Formats: sequence, structure tokens, C-alpha cells
Amino acid sequence: MNNVKMTVNGKAVSRDVPDTTLLSEFLREDLRLTGTHVGCDTSQCGACVVHVDGRAVKSCTTLAASLDGADVTTIEGIANGGDLHPMQAAFNTHHGLQCGFCTPGMIMSGIDMVNRFQADGKDLTEEAIREELEGNICRCTGYHNIVKAIEDAAGTMADMAKAAE
Amino acid sequence: MTDGIGARVARKEDKRFITGKGKYTDDIRMENQAYAAFVRSPHASAKVTGIDASAAEAMEGVIAVHTGPELKADGIGDIITGWAITSKDGNPMQCGVWNPMVTEFARYVGDAVAIVVAESQDLARRAAEKVSVSYDELPATVFADHALETDAHQVHENVPGNLIFNWEIGDEEKTDAAMSGAHHVTQIDITNNRLSPNAMEPRSAVAVYDEAEDHYTLYTTSQNPHVARLVLSAFYQVAPEHKLRVIAPDVGGGFGSKIYIYPEEIACLWASMKTGRSVKWTSDRSEAFMTDAHGRDHVTTAKMGFDADGKIVGFHVDTIANIGAYVSLFATATPTYLYGTLWSGTYDIPAIYGTVRAVHTNTVPVDAYRGAGRPEATYMIERMMETAAREMGMDPAELRRRNFVKEFPYQTQVLLQYDSGDYDALLDMAQDAANVSGFAARKAEAAGRGKLRGIGYSTFVEACGLAPSAAAGSLGAGVGLWESAEVRVNPVGTVEVLTGCHSHGQGHETTFAQLVADRFGLPIDSVSIVHGDTDKVQFGMGTYGSRSGPVGMSAVMKALDKVEIKAKQIAAHVLEASEVDIVIEGGEAKVAGTDKTMGWHEVGLAAYTAHNLPEGMEPGLKETSFFDPVNFSFPSGALICEVEVDPDTGVTEIVQFTAADDFGTIINPMIVEGQVHGGITQGIGQALHEGVVYDDSGQLLTGSYMDYQMPRAADVPSYTVSHGCTPSPNNPLGLKGCGEAGAIGAPPAVINAIIDAIGTDNLQMPATPQAVWTALQSAKMPMAAE
Ligand code: FES
Ligand code: FES
Repeated sequence: MNNVKMTVNGKAVSRDVPDTTLLSEFLREDLRLTGTHVGCDTSQCGACVVHVDGRAVKSCTTLAASLDGADVTTIEGIANGGDLHPMQAAFNTHHGLQCGFCTPGMIMSGIDMVNRFQADGKDLTEEAIREELEGNICRCTGYHNIVKAIEDAAGTMADMAKAAE
Repeated sequence: MTDGIGARVARKEDKRFITGKGKYTDDIRMENQAYAAFVRSPHASAKVTGIDASAAEAMEGVIAVHTGPELKADGIGDIITGWAITSKDGNPMQCGVWNPMVTEFARYVGDAVAIVVAESQDLARRAAEKVSVSYDELPATVFADHALETDAHQVHENVPGNLIFNWEIGDEEKTDAAMSGAHHVTQIDITNNRLSPNAMEPRSAVAVYDEAEDHYTLYTTSQNPHVARLVLSAFYQVAPEHKLRVIAPDVGGGFGSKIYIYPEEIACLWASMKTGRSVKWTSDRSEAFMTDAHGRDHVTTAKMGFDADGKIVGFHVDTIANIGAYVSLFATATPTYLYGTLWSGTYDIPAIYGTVRAVHTNTVPVDAYRGAGRPEATYMIERMMETAAREMGMDPAELRRRNFVKEFPYQTQVLLQYDSGDYDALLDMAQDAANVSGFAARKAEAAGRGKLRGIGYSTFVEACGLAPSAAAGSLGAGVGLWESAEVRVNPVGTVEVLTGCHSHGQGHETTFAQLVADRFGLPIDSVSIVHGDTDKVQFGMGTYGSRSGPVGMSAVMKALDKVEIKAKQIAAHVLEASEVDIVIEGGEAKVAGTDKTMGWHEVGLAAYTAHNLPEGMEPGLKETSFFDPVNFSFPSGALICEVEVDPDTGVTEIVQFTAADDFGTIINPMIVEGQVHGGITQGIGQALHEGVVYDDSGQLLTGSYMDYQMPRAADVPSYTVSHGCTPSPNNPLGLKGCGEAGAIGAPPAVINAIIDAIGTDNLQMPATPQAVWTALQSAKMPMAAE
């Protein structure tokens, strides 16, 4: 057992966890944040993606015990009160989801790629989005509308960043 | 009406999914939850000679270990198949017995031998590893084309030679005569690769036994909760229907794989009763590859005869279908009535005959996967057209046009009667959208970059809207395939629609609400859709076979008709007008030609206060209906794929993909396009990437996403999708169904494009870089025999 303290979606949490507990299990079972999904056991599908200290990680391959002091954001933590994050809104507008199972991971990966590209001043083209989605599988949508949603949200996020400057 | 039929309404259900608030089965945790894990056979074929669970039982936190013989002794029934097929010699099919857990013989890798129930999931899994099972290994039969050989191991004692049935369809004599008189005969030998459906949400079950009420509740990843309850009650004797509630909450994709009632749900329900605990099991991905029903797996020889003008004169098919170790729920219908009946494709073929031999092997059961039989038929026919066109020196598009069915209804030689269509128009639409006239220039440009560019066609027709119950029954179905609906207008005018269909990604909470919005001019937010709970919805057959539109929505339409009639009677009475003068639109009941109106909510309130109803009218405004279609519906389409092959590596890139489909009336084009995108991507997956591989001993080699290649975002292009429309005359809205079209039409379009690029049709799916490179090399080799 290890005592782990982290911030999850802005709230301080402290729990004793066994060495073997994965972050995905910790979130789903200990904190009951079930928006983070588990779609595989080989770190291939990306349904489990969350942000740790601002970067996308696969929670199914991260040990909770290794995250003492970390700041974790899950799909439940990205909306601003009643206002959806632009990436969430774009998935709805562009029909970027069907069954919704891959969606939390897609949205978290989408936000991460937009942030990274914008920080580097790079253009997030359709081709780049498709390459960046390498670690996320969707069986329903054929990716077409996911790509459109991320493209659109990238524009909105850039506008918001500009407005905030 | 902005939210009505034909509007691109954004989905109502999205909110919970994009905020992480969806409620899938594994998200459910009951008070005092216990967890199950299964001990599974590591052998494809073995006799179980002993089970020693003592070490597992001794672990702290292990609640119970139960085995197959115990389950059988408690009277739990064997797993059934829902469709009886008769062999061509008139004999009934022979199926091996499927015990939910092994009683004596394990017949595939993953066959469940025991269930372990423990206080945590981790503990259950660790304890399962401690259960020691002794096996006597036996030889295994793995491949479809080997199963019928005399040296093949017989998988079931009661199924001689592994032959489940040898089914025929069509007219053999007429077809033989036509073929022998043909000017040209093309033969192809093809396989249809075995696939794993891979819904992203793994299967899961939470079984809750309430001892005080002697009542069971099962939360499960099902496409058809009522069918699950029916089968669990009537055949597996878990509990009678009134003592069993099945709830399919949010379900993360199905594609057929969640139609069936698997051993795990049965075992969890039973274990819940045995232990007095709520028992939860969630598959991991490796377990899913091992135990979810697979799809396809055909080996086929087909011959098509043509006259001198390229008109088809006859078609002869011989298929072996791998059914796996046990016969799953729709496993017998899929390679027969959903396959052989589609052998006419989009073509007018005067003589067709063929046989399908279904065989047992030591592999996981094979059943319906997106398209179910129709992709196999389409792949065979469309590869045939490509090869025949090449052999006869004709343009593949022109050969298709010359043979298209042009008049409807069209009676095929293989039972079905197509309802409506315009195949030429769809091909025109696709050719325009794909800019086929510019292909030669694109090919030349690609050649300059060292790439081989090819174009491939596929046209398809499929039978959807499963299914007219009487017709299904006459062909051996064990159930009717109608659908039911209930429309409840509440006293405040809001509307609830209860449907027996189930949404696991299809967007019913939006599209079904659009029907109501359209009918009464109500805002879509005042309509809610209820599905997936046998205690709420009266009955239903679920969602598969693109049936939610043609069958499920038709039931809703019928119920809406009844509601409308009663609402008009009430409004006419209150407004002192004649019923025939009442129109309901814009959320109001109006007397035509006057300014007398009544709000929809006032109609609702009047129905329930019942202070002033027409004489003899019962209070309330709620109607139910059952809809049984008179025929299938027949969506069709034309798909054009362009690929570029790198001759040095064999890597295929899909550079352009165009689909023109006829789904009849469309309720929400945005959702329909999404279905097409997803279907095409699964079809591309089958064509280029996916394939379940078992080795000679029946070990599963593709047991994870490391070995089974799923199409990813960079593997597919953005799609160009358009629609024609010939409404189906067989249902009130003219719907045809769109869920499977992409998966049916895409594989041959991709393969035909590669064939066009590399100049040889010596290619099977999946067309991996190695397969394409090998085909290219063989095409370059001088003919050895010459
Ligand atoms: S669950 Fe983490 S990658 Fe699949
Ligand atoms: S929406 Fe179902 S897996 Fe992506």
C-alpha cells in the first residue's frame, strides 16, 4: 500500500493504493469517475486517455502509486461548469461519436494535440490529426467526423487563446 | 419544422457521453458487489479429466468456484440456435451440444470450464489461475476447408464429418444448362477472412439475485434485451420471464457481437443465485478476442456464365462456412438466408444455384457480424464482376450496367423480391463524385511518383429490415422479427416513446424523437426515448440487421397514427368541430379555416383530466403498436475506391473513397452519413488489415490489438458520401436501413482497386503489404508451365 495524494479535476484526493493499481482502476473504482474507459489490455486503444500534469497519458498503463503529487484531469473535469469545452461541443456538432465509448479518450487526446501544436506554433492539418490519433481506436465513426470535430475545436481553442491574451 | 424528418439534428444523447457521464454496464456497481472470472481451456480440443479448485477456494476473499457439471446439475439448459436449416437431402441440421460451461470436452481455446467468484476483480482473476484443470489433449480441426476431410478430427460426437448442414438454393438443372451454354465462364476461388467484431466496449454483465423476491436482474451489454430475457427464461431455465429483468444500459457498440446470449451471462446469473451476491464480470480485450462470436470465414468457389454480349446467363456457387465449435444464435441463418438469397446482387441473373456446407471446427463460434452474410455475398459477386470484365476485356462499370436489374419489384431466382431501386443512377452519382473521367490523369501522375494507382468498383443490394415474421418462420426462424412501440403523451404534453429497438451508437434518442417532432410540430426536447429495459418496454426484438428504421420506426409511426386519431377526437370535441377539420401542427390542434386552436399540452391535459371527453372514450393518451413488415427492405449502393500501391513495399494507401447509397427516406442525414463512414471503415479493415488467425492446433494467434490490426485514423481517408432515394414501398416512411451498407459494399471496392493497380487478381483479404507484394511478384513471374 502506498499513500497517494493527487489533484483530480481540481480536487485534492488522498488514498492508500496497492502497488499494482492502475490509474484507470483508481479513477474508475476508487474515485468512481467512470468516464475514463478501458477498451484493451495492451495500451493500444486510447479509451483510457486522461491528462497528467497537462499531458495526455494512457491511464491503463500508468500506476496510480507513481503519481503522488500529480495533477490529473479526466473527461469529467474539462467542462467549465455548465459550459462544454470547445472539444466536447465540436464532437456534438460534427457527430464525432456514436456509441460514445472511445469518446472520452478521443476528446482528451484531441485537446492534448491541439495544445501541443498551438504551443509549437504548428498547423494542425487533417493529415496531422490522423497521425496524432495513432493511439486511439474508434470502431463506430470511421474517424471522418472525429477529424472534423478536432479541426473545428482547434480553431475555437486558438480564438479563445487569442482572446485571453 | 427544424427537428423533423430529414433534418440534420445534433444528437440529444451526446451530452452524457462527451462529459463522461454515460452509463455502461461496467460502470455499474451494486452494494456488496462480487466479481467473476472464468477458468478457460488453453486447448482447442481436449477432454477435461479433473478440476481441482481447492487452492483457489482457500484464498481469502474467494467466495465460490463452480464448474460446468454443477451448472448442468442445477438444470441450466444448453445454449440454443435460433434458426433451423434443412439440408438439401431433406434432413434436419445436426448441431453439437453447447453447454454454457464445459461438462466433458473443451472445444475451443477459451471455452469456459469454471467460474470463480471473489471480492474483487483482481482476486477473481488470480484465483482463476489457481484452479488446476487436467486435460487430455485431442486433435483439433481448425480450418473450414479441412473440416470435411476424412482425416479431420470430429468436433462433436453427434455431427458426423463435422457437417452441420449442406443447404442448397436455386435451380440446379436450369443453372447447369445455362452454364454449359455460356459463351464465357469465369471461375473464382476466394476466401472471406475471419473477423473479430471488436466493439470498443468489452462485453460485461452484472447479475443481481434478490432472494426475498426470487427475482433476477441482469445488466448486460446487449443489442436486444428482450430476446436475452426470452432465451434465458425459455431455454436456459435461469428464471421465468416475469422473474427476470434484463437491462441493456449504454452499450459501447455491438456490430452483431452483442446479439447473442453468451455463457458468461448465464453463469453470472446462476452464480448470483448460488452465492447470494451480485456478480459482475467484464471481459478484457484478450478474452473478447477469444470468446466474442467471430464473423465471416467462408471458402468459396463460384462460376459465372456470360453470353457474347456480356449478359450473365447463370451463376453457380459452392461455399464452406466455418461455424466454429458451437452453433450460435444466428449462426445458421447468416451463411444461408442472409447470404444465398443475395446471390443475384444488383444483377438480373436468370439462373442461380449453389450450396453452402456449414462445418464445426475447434474455434470460437462464428455468427452475424455487421452485414452478416450480405458482405460475403457482395464480395463474391463483385470480385466475380471484376475478374469477368478483365477476362472479357470489358470495362468493369459497363459490365455491371449491362446486367443491372432495371425494373422493380424484381423477383430474383433466390427467393427475394427487391422492392425498389435505381442502380444506374447510383453508379452515375458515384462516378461523377469520384471524377472517374479524371482517373487516367491521376494514374499517370501517380506513376510519375513510382506508385501504382488503381480504381475499383462495387455495387450492392442488401436485405434489411429483418424481417417479415411469417416468411422468417417458414424458413426456419424460431422467433418473429416484428417490432413494438408505445407512445405516451403525458398530461403536460411531453411525449415518451418506448421502443423495443436498442441504441448502441445509432442515435435513436434523436432520430426516434424526430418522428414525433415531425408529426405534431413539437420541439425535440419535449420528446424522450426509452429503450433497453424489459421492465419498461413491453417487448421488442432489438437492433441488428438495419431494422431500427424500417421495422422499429414503423411501429412508432403506427402508434403515432393512433395517438393522432385520438388527439383529433379530443380536440374536435373540445373545440366543437368535426374531427376531419382538425389539423395538428406546430404544437397545436387547429380547426382548419378558423382561428380556433388548442395547445398540444391542452389536448394532453384534457385526455387525462377526462372532464370533457367524447362519450364512451377512455381517458388517457397512450397507444401501443406492433409492426410486422410485409417484406425486407433493399438498400443499394455504388462504391468507388482509388488506391495507390507502393510496388517496393506492397503498402496500399486508400486515396479516395466515394459512396452513393439509396437508403430510401432518410430521417437524419448526419447520422446516416456517420453510419456509412463507420461501415466503410470496417469494410476497409476487412479488406486491408483485419484477420483472425488460428494456428494448426487451434491456438489463437491474434489475441490482442498488437496482432489484430484495427483500422486507425491514418489508415483511412475522408469519405465522399451521397444519397439517391427510391423509398421502400414496404413501410410507412419508405425507409430501407443504412447500418450495414458500408461494411457490405467496401471490401470488394478496395480489393478491386488493388487488382486494378497491380494487374493480377491473385489476392485474398486482408491485402496486407506482404500479400500485395507477393501478388505483384507472382504477376511478374513468367508462367512456370509454359
Ligand atoms: S485501455 Fe488504455 S489503451 Fe486501451
Ligand atoms: S464512438 Fe463507438 S468506438 Fe468510437
